[in-house]
Amino acid sequence: MSLLQIRDLAIALPEGADRKFAAQNINFDLDKGEILCIVGESGSGKSMSANAVMGLLPQGVKPVKGTITFDGKSILGLPEKEMLKLRGSRISMIFQEPLSALNPLMRIGAQIAEVFEAHGALNSTERSKRALELLHEVGIPDPDAAIRAYPFQLSGGQRQRVMIAMALALEPDILIADEPTTALDVTTQAQILKLIEDLRRKRGMAVIFITHDFGVVADIADRVIVMQTGEIVETGSADEVLLKPQHPYTRALIDAIPRLTQRREAEAQTRAPILTVEGLTKTFSTGSGSFFGKRRVVKAVQDVSFQLYAGETIGIVGESGSGKSTVGRCIVRLLTPDAGRVMMDGGDLAHMSGSDLRDKRRKLQMIFQDPYSSLNPRARVSRILTEGLIAYGTDRRTAQARARELLELVGLDASAMMRFPHEFSGGQRQRIGIARALALDPKIIIADEAVSALDVSIQAQVLDLLADLKTRLDLSMLFITHDLRVAARICDRIIVMQKGQIVEQGPAGKVLHSPDTAYTQSLLDAIPGQDYERALEQAEAGS
Amino acid sequence: MRDFWKRFRYNRGAVIGLVILAIVILAAILAPVLFPQSPWKMVQRPFLPPFTQDGLPLGTDALGRDVLSGLAHGAYVSLLVGLVSTIVALAIGVPVGACAGYFAGRVDDALMRFTEFFQTIPSFALAIVLLAIFQPSLTFVIIAIAVVSWPPVARLVRGEVLSLRTREFVEAATLSGLGNTQIILRHILPNALPPIIVLASLMIAQAILLESSLSFLGLGDPNIMSWGYMIGAARTVIRTAWWLSFLPGMAILLTVLALNLIGEGLNDALNPRLTRKSE
Repeated sequence: MSLLQIRDLAIALPEGADRKFAAQNINFDLDKGEILCIVGESGSGKSMSANAVMGLLPQGVKPVKGTITFDGKSILGLPEKEMLKLRGSRISMIFQEPLSALNPLMRIGAQIAEVFEAHGALNSTERSKRALELLHEVGIPDPDAAIRAYPFQLSGGQRQRVMIAMALALEPDILIADEPTTALDVTTQAQILKLIEDLRRKRGMAVIFITHDFGVVADIADRVIVMQTGEIVETGSADEVLLKPQHPYTRALIDAIPRLTQRREAEAQTRAPILTVEGLTKTFSTGSGSFFGKRRVVKAVQDVSFQLYAGETIGIVGESGSGKSTVGRCIVRLLTPDAGRVMMDGGDLAHMSGSDLRDKRRKLQMIFQDPYSSLNPRARVSRILTEGLIAYGTDRRTAQARARELLELVGLDASAMMRFPHEFSGGQRQRIGIARALALDPKIIIADEAVSALDVSIQAQVLDLLADLKTRLDLSMLFITHDLRVAARICDRIIVMQKGQIVEQGPAGKVLHSPDTAYTQSLLDAIPGQDYERALEQAEAGS
Repeated sequence: MRDFWKRFRYNRGAVIGLVILAIVILAAILAPVLFPQSPWKMVQRPFLPPFTQDGLPLGTDALGRDVLSGLAHGAYVSLLVGLVSTIVALAIGVPVGACAGYFAGRVDDALMRFTEFFQTIPSFALAIVLLAIFQPSLTFVIIAIAVVSWPPVARLVRGEVLSLRTREFVEAATLSGLGNTQIILRHILPNALPPIIVLASLMIAQAILLESSLSFLGLGDPNIMSWGYMIGAARTVIRTAWWLSFLPGMAILLTVLALNLIGEGLNDALNPRLTRKSE
């Protein structure tokens, strides 16, 4: 008999939601020592299904049908008191955002000890001893220091390790991991995945791993469940689902994954450089440096130089904190660089101000990361699209006509004009963001993580749209991303940044397949699902 | 708009508050019609208890003036002072806070030190001093109250603007070539509006209390009947004619309570808009 059995589970959403059930007809088993991946796009109900096991559904959301059997005992609808005994000790959970899941005012050691305390296990000296052992086990560098640290003193990966240590404290039978690596860099992600895999093997623990990333699934899963709008569409062993998907939805998802091997031949760079960045430097400092503490200095960008040719797409890749976004912001002058030049059309953007800057900046527009915060929630789409044109002196009627053209260009209906941003989905909002960037007829587009917040199938559509617009409108593009797969799909050349400096730049094919530096190689090695990608290609070549 | 009303109605306290406020407003509007005589006019013997004489349901005060008429005319003064002084306070506080938050740096330092200068003086003491310097007319009562109540507005607006100015849609507006004034007026302030509206409703209540306190001390406009004045005049006879202090006191209590309830309802109704849709 399996460790966990879910039969015919249905979870109802409160009235007035966009569908009746968060999840329904959910059936699956979980065996000891097995890693089960639940994959799906946002809103597919994958988190809800897992939360139901923990009895942690949000207010107003209730399981209405079915059974959840854990270790031979039904746990659905168990009273809160009984659930408390299970939670943490037999089933535990880790979350996506390790910073908000830890109490910022408690030392790490105390937070781990609290888990024992909550279940009345061990005495206080034993608790701190166990806490230290756990930190050793999850591979935190210098556990003796970490146990006395506050969460903000640790990096994202270390925090996630602490969360895992807490989840493991009472040796649970099941670990539920809800997108535990989504907020982390690729290299950190690879380490955390390896840690979870190791722990599973050592302890024979079962893992439910929720993710949207098929690369991660391929690396870690024994079995896979694919969910779409609240229902399981496909389930099977990892190899079966990933290599021979039966359901069209699964197939569409797998096809949408950008491939590293999608090599593009870089165009001959015969055209003139349209943007030249020389010696760009930006340093942030916090604190006044007076007697209230030390001045903290972060060298965000150091001596960055490159040229962007007309009609070319350059990808700037790097981990968080590498300064890639700061480069983009300095170029459009949302930040003022400390030193260096940004030459465009014979003028230096870095040292312009007032109306000169305003005139030049028109040719340089940006697409932002978060489709939810990049559109003013209180402005209609028509205003969002026409505002810039009107500010540059176009009359209202022409601007309105242009806005309708732009909507058509990005694949939206002209009826979108009179609607507010919250009436659109994430992908549609990002299309509006793109239309806004194009409104002023720019020559250069800077896309800062423009597809990172989108689901994989939407991501593919938006990337295609960008590539298409680029050739049709003869744009040049700076594409800032942390995702090397995305960069592989769209970029002609790639610049790799680390700690504010360029470590490597060259044609995409070269950087991604035979990089010169060890750092780039380590980034490439950390990408999840590479074996799978090769297997998939062989399968495709065979058929 | 319909959604807004639905969410507001969900908070039952807020609806009760709205009903009470509507009654107070009605009383203020109808006062000159229902009680055309001056509320200062003596109409009967002094200290007539409530419900003893037809035509004077709430009795008379120490000088034989109609208490009900006083309450109705007082409602007008209270609401006027509350509303106008709040508008004036917003007119000072919103621009100060918006500039401090948007331009940051030195401008922020200068404006916030200026704001703190007002905050460090106890507001009631400052209002008394201001009224002692100027003559105690209604205009100056309103100005005094506005001057002591704008700093919290500036603080709130600054905080909101500080967090909004780093949002991507503001950066996008900068890149679209919009000027600072346009960005503040069209992109930032509309998004900062909900907390300002909530604060304003609470400030009206605060202003009504402040005006009552000033009138109680005899610093209000001596030509205008107000609730605070009525309590102040009746305090010497509180043991023999308690209702003379109690009735205007209840009027103040209910009005301020109503405004607070409405503020809370507005908070519930306006805030979900800024929360992001999650999975």
